[in-house]
Amino acid sequence: MKKSIQGKVFVLGDDVDTDQIIPAQYLSYNPAIPEERKMFGVYALCGVPDAQSGLPKGNIPFVPKGDKTSPYTIIVGGKNFGCGSSREHAPISLQAAGIEAVIAEFYARIFFRNSVNGGYLIPFETPKRLCEKISTGDELKIDLEKNEFANLTTGKTYPLTPLGDIVPIIEAGDVFKYAKQSGMLDN
Amino acid sequence: MAMTLTENILARAAKRNEVVPGENIWIDVDVLMTHDVCGPGTIGIFKDKFGEDAKVWDKEKVVIIPDHYIYTADQKAHRNIDILREFVKEQDLPHYYDVGTDRYKGVCHIALAEEGHTRPGEILFGTDSHTCTAGAFGQFATGIGNTDAGFIMGTGKLWVKVPPTMRFVFDGELPPYLMAKDLILRIIGDIGVGGATYRAMEFAGDGVYSLNMEERMTLCNMVIEGGGKNGVIEPDQVTLDFVKSKTDKPFEVIRAQEGAQYYMEKVYKSKDLEPVVAKPHSPDNKANVSEVKGTNVDRAYIGSCTGGKITDFIAAAKILKGNQVKTQTFVMPATTEVARNLKIEKLDGKTLEQIFLDSGATIGPSSCGACLGGPLDTLGRLNGDEICISTTNRNFPGRMGSKSSAVYLASPYTVAASALTGKITDPRDFI
Repeated sequence: MKKSIQGKVFVLGDDVDTDQIIPAQYLSYNPAIPEERKMFGVYALCGVPDAQSGLPKGNIPFVPKGDKTSPYTIIVGGKNFGCGSSREHAPISLQAAGIEAVIAEFYARIFFRNSVNGGYLIPFETPKRLCEKISTGDELKIDLEKNEFANLTTGKTYPLTPLGDIVPIIEAGDVFKYAKQSGMLDN
Repeated sequence: MAMTLTENILARAAKRNEVVPGENIWIDVDVLMTHDVCGPGTIGIFKDKFGEDAKVWDKEKVVIIPDHYIYTADQKAHRNIDILREFVKEQDLPHYYDVGTDRYKGVCHIALAEEGHTRPGEILFGTDSHTCTAGAFGQFATGIGNTDAGFIMGTGKLWVKVPPTMRFVFDGELPPYLMAKDLILRIIGDIGVGGATYRAMEFAGDGVYSLNMEERMTLCNMVIEGGGKNGVIEPDQVTLDFVKSKTDKPFEVIRAQEGAQYYMEKVYKSKDLEPVVAKPHSPDNKANVSEVKGTNVDRAYIGSCTGGKITDFIAAAKILKGNQVKTQTFVMPATTEVARNLKIEKLDGKTLEQIFLDSGATIGPSSCGACLGGPLDTLGRLNGDEICISTTNRNFPGRMGSKSSAVYLASPYTVAASALTGKITDPRDFI
């Protein structure tokens, strides 16, 4: 597991559902085919209403027009991030766009599992609501050893909830590697 | 400690005497279901992790039901069904419901029940969030992603965190103008779209047990809209009669233990409840129909795993019968069995199909249709700034297509009544 994750942050609000993360019209791409998997990055978060895209100002595209990836590395969201469908295309699209971690108040269960078991990104939770305190474009640095992150743009530091049960899976890489390490699967 | 219904089912699947909420356990899976949108990715992961020549852990326990993108010119969608077809052939899977054949079904959650794949006491995982529908049969059923499904394909097992149970009791039979959709929209409005996150939602009371299986499926179907991990209803004779009419496979009814502990319990008096809608753009944006009546709508949509069963169409037909719709109205039977029953079920001597056609509604083919928007050429998709009232399950921005469209969720009664006036209408005006 990495010791730190650093990069620009894209800020979203509450209940960002999987249809906003990757609209259903793009689900005919097959994530098992590498060339098609890249397309999920192109369309990542294109379903978010313009006013909520890149808070607090809004109207900021997550993936600039014509680009295949996003300039942002971290997402900060509010409550219930990733609610809605079970499509694994959602964390895949964020990863394909360049996201390494999401920081939210809490997650919808299936998105959380998919992110961890597939090893796409780390879903951090925070004890306090932060999506109004951080601005899209700020530079964040997550310290995985101290369970906190710094906003290098403002100089403020915020606590993260310890990852708990999922640490062994994140450390292993994904649920398959974890199952092999724990003896559930033959090597 | 005495276990709830959900805990007891999970304990059996973990081969343990007891499980407690919050612990992580490995469980044996009875049925894995996948479809055309998540099947190709699942198969890709299965082959990548277990090898090109790997075989599924138990071919009797894998069910593949293409249903999402069937009636579209999107070539990648057709290609995805080819991937399913090839995999089924290679693995010699008996439970496949292929497009373009007599076996084609449509919406997986309804097809699972019709084909006897939903059974009390069992564990069902599916690559679709509405897999929770099957909890209506007294089983543990929930949605998963491709990675978890690929893992199950190879091992027949998955790790789960045991959820605490929230219990919702409906006292008294439902008044004639209410449907299960009104009950679940009410609950979601009360607890919020994240209100049951990582928890089980159990339904009980004579209000629930007065419902037929399809209505119980509607209740469990939408627990995911409250963030619930699974919805569940303890089996009664209605459950057993339904399941035994669909399958000869043996199953074991599992019940809650005396004195089981619940995270919370909420009791509703059925007779005090009103028809409700979820306003745009969230399933918890609840309003009584009486509060929003008169709001203009451009479209009415009756379909999906939530609101496209024969019970839903009988309800809609009661209101549409002998009347003309004032707004564009789509009737989208969930499965081919529902579609056949539209031609058989009659009200006052007319088939449901005739009632819908006479009213001016459009009847579409059996699939997930426009519930989730889908490819741009999907029948009924909201491609502009339409305002739709729908029997479907989700109304986050852009769910049924365009980001500038808006969706009101409601019962088949309320959607049919609104179709007749072009405005949100209380079904009590017609019942």
